[in-house]
Amino acid sequence: MAEMREITFREAVNEALREEMRRDPRILILGEDILPGGGVFGVHGGLDEEFPGRLLQTPIAEAGFVGMGVGAALAGGPVICEVMFADFMTVCMDEIINQAAKFRYMSGGQASVPLIVRAPCGMGRGVGAQHTQSFEALFAHIPGLKVAIPGTPAAAKGLLKSALRGDDPVVFLEYKGLYAMRGPVSDDPELLAEFGRGSVERPGRDVTLVASGTMLHKGLEVAAELAADGVDIEVIDPRCAAPIDHELILASVERTTRLVVADESVLECSLASEIAATVAERGFYSLDAPVRRVASPRMPKPFSPKLEPASLPQKADIAAAIREVLA
Amino acid sequence: MTTASGDNAARALHLDLYRMMTRIRAFEEAALYESGRGNVYGPLHACIGQEAIPAGLAPLLRPTDYVTSTHRGHGHALAKGADPQGMMAELFGRADGICRGKGGSQHIADFSVGMLGANGIVGAGYGIAAGAALRIRQAGRDDVSVVFFGDGAMARGTLHEVANICVLWKLPVLFVCEHNGFAQWVPSSENLCTDAVAGLMAGYGMPSRQVDGTDALAMHGCAAGFIADMRAGGGPAFIDARANRFHGHNSMDAQAYRSRDDVSRLRAEADPLALFRAATAAAGVLAAADMDPLDAAAEAEMRAAAEAALAGPWPDPADAWEDILAPRKAHAHG
Ligand SMILES: Cc1ncc(C[n+]2csc(CCOP(=O)(O)OP(=O)(O)O)c2C)c(N)n1
Ligand SMILES: [Mg+2]
Repeated sequence: MAEMREITFREAVNEALREEMRRDPRILILGEDILPGGGVFGVHGGLDEEFPGRLLQTPIAEAGFVGMGVGAALAGGPVICEVMFADFMTVCMDEIINQAAKFRYMSGGQASVPLIVRAPCGMGRGVGAQHTQSFEALFAHIPGLKVAIPGTPAAAKGLLKSALRGDDPVVFLEYKGLYAMRGPVSDDPELLAEFGRGSVERPGRDVTLVASGTMLHKGLEVAAELAADGVDIEVIDPRCAAPIDHELILASVERTTRLVVADESVLECSLASEIAATVAERGFYSLDAPVRRVASPRMPKPFSPKLEPASLPQKADIAAAIREVLA
Repeated sequence: MTTASGDNAARALHLDLYRMMTRIRAFEEAALYESGRGNVYGPLHACIGQEAIPAGLAPLLRPTDYVTSTHRGHGHALAKGADPQGMMAELFGRADGICRGKGGSQHIADFSVGMLGANGIVGAGYGIAAGAALRIRQAGRDDVSVVFFGDGAMARGTLHEVANICVLWKLPVLFVCEHNGFAQWVPSSENLCTDAVAGLMAGYGMPSRQVDGTDALAMHGCAAGFIADMRAGGGPAFIDARANRFHGHNSMDAQAYRSRDDVSRLRAEADPLALFRAATAAAGVLAAADMDPLDAAAEAEMRAAAEAALAGPWPDPADAWEDILAPRKAHAHG
């Protein structure tokens, strides 16, 4: 009998890797500093002991080892490349965008590239502009890629398992701020989460709040606070930036007639922008107020603790946007 | 060896080498001809002058070995066993092309024979070949992975990243540099800090040799040693194969950077087919009467491939929407 437990996001990722590596002996993991401790964010804990020889600690060579991930995936079976920080994916963009994302297409369907590039992303503390970026929109722009941005431990586990059973390249972005967060997760090894399916994390009638990554949790807190004022907010985790679950969002907006979209990446050309544009295009007549987007301002992430907050959407920004669409 | 069976084996090898060279030449000439007639869509990078490099390796490779290639990839594909008619149809953008008209010349691939694709990105093949080699070793197979690349591609940082890992992890990757002296129209001397690239790669700790890449037998001999070592568990090796391209960088290159005389001289002095014919005749292994029919057969094969490709169907515009992602599978979902 499957059981629900409260586990952390980090444990959920670890569980997904462990269950799938047990199931599929072809799965390999490549990454920097993943041995012996399990990586900078510790998600590989205990895996090397259970699966000796299948975790390969690479030199500092993202273009090299992600390129090898493409080759090993093409030559048969899923490969996970951990890029230590999403920011470092900029040095293996060819491998992800021109190679992994294109091979199935360019070969007329001959090739499959089950390559999962996992990377911690988003705001840290005191790490400045090169260890804090959110790239979901960047990768979501590329046909041939799937992009996961799970907001909960359950989404992380289910989507990573799906990625490992699928035949497509996946960019799997894990918001650093979520690793220690707990949530209910099933121990059923056959429970997967479908790519392109969002989830309603809190049902509500008055406003739809689509919030990804860390914004999901800020949004849930705002929803709890505003409930005291009698505002009933529906909070949706889109879970994936590609494909986006537009149907779920449009159906919700049809009921609530108001939409706020919050994500951590820079506002211009963001996931929030894409969702807002789609609702404007396909759900315009459901709307009783203009759509509001809440996202990071167009600036690199600054260093000082006095500057950091200005670079990131806060709960107050989400609350203000909600009040605005209700006004 | 002077035994009758040794003579027969040598004769068979010579025939194989020459047959592959003349097939590659005939394919490229047919493709260039069709390009001139407007039947090939987009630019074409012919490897005429460099045929001995893939041909030298062809008899050494199994379908379960892997090859990654470049923008100049037709010879590599043929050497790995790809079907020329499917290739020609691909150049024409037809639905029966080897990649269903989705790839074209620069992305020719035949996964059924381990040909992991020509590539439009210079220097992208290193990692892919090394990853395939990693798979080989993880599975306990004795196959090898060959990465073909140009001298221009030696300027890419991916070479360093991958060469370092291949040596560290002892991966069975044969690096084959097709050193033709140009990257588009930039001479190697303006692109690389050294001409002695085998020395450069020896610095990584991999066996590295410069070979006359117009000599199919020399290519074969050198690669045979390296590949045998890899099948026995050895690590990577590097071949600096010197040859020339007789045509422009591609079918749109007017070659303002070199004279007609330069090219005529190369054709007279460094044609791998002519050199092979002369050498094998002098050694008394093959005679013109052995090779002329191979030329005729290759020409007929490639003409037929072009005719068939011309008669092939065009893709339906709706096909553009296929092969972007894998077909959906049924799963249990939460
Ligand atoms: C990363 C990248 N940069 C530039 C190009 C444009 N380009 C295509 S082929 C080529 C020259 C390559 O020279 P070389 O590697 O020596 O191969 P050759 O054409 O001589 O066979 C260049 C610069 C490219 N395709 N990819
Ligand atoms: Mg060159």
